[in-house]
Amino acid sequence: MAVNPAPNPNHEPRIVGFLCNWCSYAGADMAGTSRMTYPSNIRIIRVPCSGRVDPLLVIKAFEMGADGVLVAGCHPGDCHYSEGNYHTRRRFALLRPFLDYLGIEDKRFKLEWVSATEGKKFTQVVTEFTSELKQLGPRN
Amino acid sequence: MSRIGVFICHCGRNIAEGVDIPKVMEAAKQMPMVVHVADNLYTCSEPGQLMLREAVKEHRLNRVVIGACSPRMHEITFRRAVAAAGLNPYLLEIANLREHVSWVHGDNKQGATEKAIEIVRLAVAKAARDEALFPKKIGLTKRALVIGGGIAGIQAALDIANAGNEVVVVERTPSIGGHMSQLDKTFPTLDCSACILTPKMVELAQNPKVTLMTYSEVIGVKGFVGNFEVQIKQQARKVDMTKCNGCGICWQKCPEKVSSEFDMGQGKRSSIYIPFPQAVPAKPVIDLEHCRYIKYQEFVASNQEGKKPPQCRICERLCPPQAIDWAQEDKVTTEKFGAIVVATGYKQFDPTVYGEFGYGTYPDVITGLELERLLSPSGPTGGQVLRPSDGEHPKTVVFVSCVGSRDELKGHAYCSKVCCMYMAKHSIMLREHYPDIQSYIFYIDIRAVGKGYEEFSRRAQEEAGTLYLRGRISKIYPEGKKLVVLGEDSLMGRPVEIAADLVVLASAMEANTGAAEMAQSLKISYDADKQFLQAHVKLRPVETQTDGVFLAGACIGPADIPESVAQGSAAAAKVASLFSQDSLIADPSTAFVDALKCIGCGACVAVCPFKAPELQLQRDGRQISVINEGLCKGCGLCVAVCRPQAANLRGSTNQQLLAEVMSLWQ
Repeated sequence: MAVNPAPNPNHEPRIVGFLCNWCSYAGADMAGTSRMTYPSNIRIIRVPCSGRVDPLLVIKAFEMGADGVLVAGCHPGDCHYSEGNYHTRRRFALLRPFLDYLGIEDKRFKLEWVSATEGKKFTQVVTEFTSELKQLGPRN
Repeated sequence: MSRIGVFICHCGRNIAEGVDIPKVMEAAKQMPMVVHVADNLYTCSEPGQLMLREAVKEHRLNRVVIGACSPRMHEITFRRAVAAAGLNPYLLEIANLREHVSWVHGDNKQGATEKAIEIVRLAVAKAARDEALFPKKIGLTKRALVIGGGIAGIQAALDIANAGNEVVVVERTPSIGGHMSQLDKTFPTLDCSACILTPKMVELAQNPKVTLMTYSEVIGVKGFVGNFEVQIKQQARKVDMTKCNGCGICWQKCPEKVSSEFDMGQGKRSSIYIPFPQAVPAKPVIDLEHCRYIKYQEFVASNQEGKKPPQCRICERLCPPQAIDWAQEDKVTTEKFGAIVVATGYKQFDPTVYGEFGYGTYPDVITGLELERLLSPSGPTGGQVLRPSDGEHPKTVVFVSCVGSRDELKGHAYCSKVCCMYMAKHSIMLREHYPDIQSYIFYIDIRAVGKGYEEFSRRAQEEAGTLYLRGRISKIYPEGKKLVVLGEDSLMGRPVEIAADLVVLASAMEANTGAAEMAQSLKISYDADKQFLQAHVKLRPVETQTDGVFLAGACIGPADIPESVAQGSAAAAKVASLFSQDSLIADPSTAFVDALKCIGCGACVAVCPFKAPELQLQRDGRQISVINEGLCKGCGLCVAVCRPQAANLRGSTNQQLLAEVMSLWQ
C-alpha cells in the first residue's frame, strides 16, 4: 500500500478522462451548453465506447504521472453498442486490485455512468474527483 | 511526414472570452509537425471555411486540427471543408475548446488556457497518426421483410409495397389479421373492426409486390442492413395452395372438432380449418396435432398393439380440386432482404395468477378478448352475450381494470393503455345490445388520452349508464348462480359488494410468445418485459439500434390500433427512404485485425455484440480472426480485449490513444 504524503491543498491534480462518445462525452458537452462550472484539471479523451478503453491505457496514464483517471460511459442498459459498458464494468472491477499492487491508491481511479443529459452529474463527478485527489495529495 | 495546420476558432466571443487565444496559438506553433497556425472569428462560416481551404493549399497541409466547438456539433461541417480542400475528410481532429473549456471554466481563464493548449496538443498528436479512411459502399437488396401480419405489419407492408418495393410478410398463424380481426367494434368510433380491416387484408394479398407467407416463422437472421439473410420455416399445411379454391367443404365435413384459438377457446373449429371466415388466405391448414388420419399414421408407424384409430381422410375424399397433400413437409427457405420490420404484436396476459378473481375456476369470469368474441356476430355465440356457465343472458356485468397492468408484483409495471377504452366500449355495446344490462367498472384511474377518447369514456357513463367505481377487487366467489364481487369504492371510502352474472377482467397486453428469442436473433434490445427497445424513445421511435431493423405496433409496448397503424406507416417510410438509395455508405471507423499478430484466441469473437469477427482458417493452417466490416459498428470492444494487440480500430487506434495520453506530459 502506498504511503500518502501530507495532503496539499495547493496541489493541482492532473486527471485523464476517457469518455464514451454517445453518452458521457455528450454529457460533458451538456455541462458546457448549460454553462456549469467545474475545475479545469481534467483532460478529456473521446473514445467510441467505454469498452474501447484498454486497462493498459489507464496504467499508462498513471505511469506518465496522472493523479487520477476517469472512465465514463453510458448507464448499464443504455450502451450504444448494447453491451460495451458491461464489459467495461467487469474489466475495471478486475483492474482495481492491480492498481493497489502497483502502488496506486484505488481512489485515484473512477468509473462513472454519465448519460448525454447528465451535464450536472458530470460536473459533480469532476468536481468531487478533483477535490478527492487534492486531499490525497501528489502521487509518490 | 505530417504537415499539420492548427485553426483556432474564437466562436465570436464564446471561446475568445474564456481562453487566451494568442497564447494557445503561440504554444501550437511549437507542437511537433505543426507548420501553420491561424485563428478565425467563426471557422464554421463561409469565410472561415474558405480560409481553411486556402491555407491547406498554401502550406501544403496534410492534417488539420480545429480548436472550436464540440465535434458532436460541427465534425461533419469541418470534414466537408477538409474534403473541399482536397484532403481525405478523416484527416481532421477537433479540439473541443468551447463546451469542454471556455464554457465550463469561465471563472478561471488561466486554467482554461492551459487546458486549451493541452487539448490542442492532444488533438495534434492524434491527427499526426490519422490515416485516410474510405467509406465503403455496400449494395442493398430492395426487398423488405415484415414479421407479423397484424394491423401494424399489414400497414407497414402495404406502404412499403405502394412505394414500389417488394415485401414478404411472414405470419405465424394460418391467416393475417392479428388481434384486430378478433375484435368486434373499435373505440372510440365503434367502427366495425372487420369492416375496416378485411379490405386491407385483401388489398395486401392482391398487391403484386407482396408475398404472403402465413403459417410460417422466422427461425434465423444473418447479415446486416441492406443484406439480411433470413431463414423462414413454412409449416406443412398439408393443403396444396395452388390447387385449393377455398370452397370450404373440407372444414364443414371434418369430423374432428377442437377448441378454437381464434375464439379464445370458447368455440369449436374442425381440425382442417381456416381460423375465421374472412381469413386471408382463405385456404385451410390441417392441424397435425388433432387430425385423425395423422393420428392413424402415427399409430401405424409406432407399431402399437390395440385398436387402430379410424383412417378418416374425409377431407381428401370430398375435396373437389384434390388439394389435400399428405406428403407436404415443413419447408425452410433462405431469403435475402434489405430491411426488416418487426411487428410481432402482443398476447393477452394470463390472469390465473390472480387467484382471488377465480379466472379458470369460475366459467363466468372471462377476459376482455373473450367478451370480444362473444360480442362478435362471427363468434361462437353468433354475437349473443351468453354466460359460459349456463348460456343465460347476464344482467349485471362487472369489469375489473388493470389485471396484470400497473402491478409489479403479479403482472407488469406499465399501463396497458387500451383497457380503459375497451371497457367503456364493452359497456356501451352491452347496453346497446341489451338495455337491461347494468355494467360496473372498477378502475384505478381512467386513462382516456387519445383523440375523442375522453368523450367516449363520458359516453359510457352518461349514455350507457355504466357505473364507475374507483377501487380494487379483493375477492370473487360464487353464490348460487351469481358471482359475488367484493371490492372497495375508495372515493366513498366504503366496501362494495355486487352480485354479478358475468365478470370481465381487463387483462394486460404483454410481449408475445417468443419475443426474447426473436429479439436475440435480430440482435435488437428488449426490456425486462421482453418488449423491444427503440433506438430513441422520442426521436427514433420506430428504429432499433440495429440498422435496417424497424419496429411497429404492440411489440414495442401496449398500443391501440391508430398507434399501431401510425407506427406501421412510419416504419414503412424508414424502409422506403433506405431503399431510395442505390448503395449504402458504411462508417469507415471499423476494426481490423493484423493477421501476423493474431493468435486466433477468439476473445474478439466472444466479446463482439454484432458477431463481426469470425475465426477463419488460413492457407498456412493458422486460424485467425477476420472482421466483417459490414457488421462492425466500431465500438472497439475487440481491440480492448485483444491480448497480442492484433485488433485495432480505424479512427481510434491503439497508437492514437497512446499518443493522446502521452501528449499530456510533453
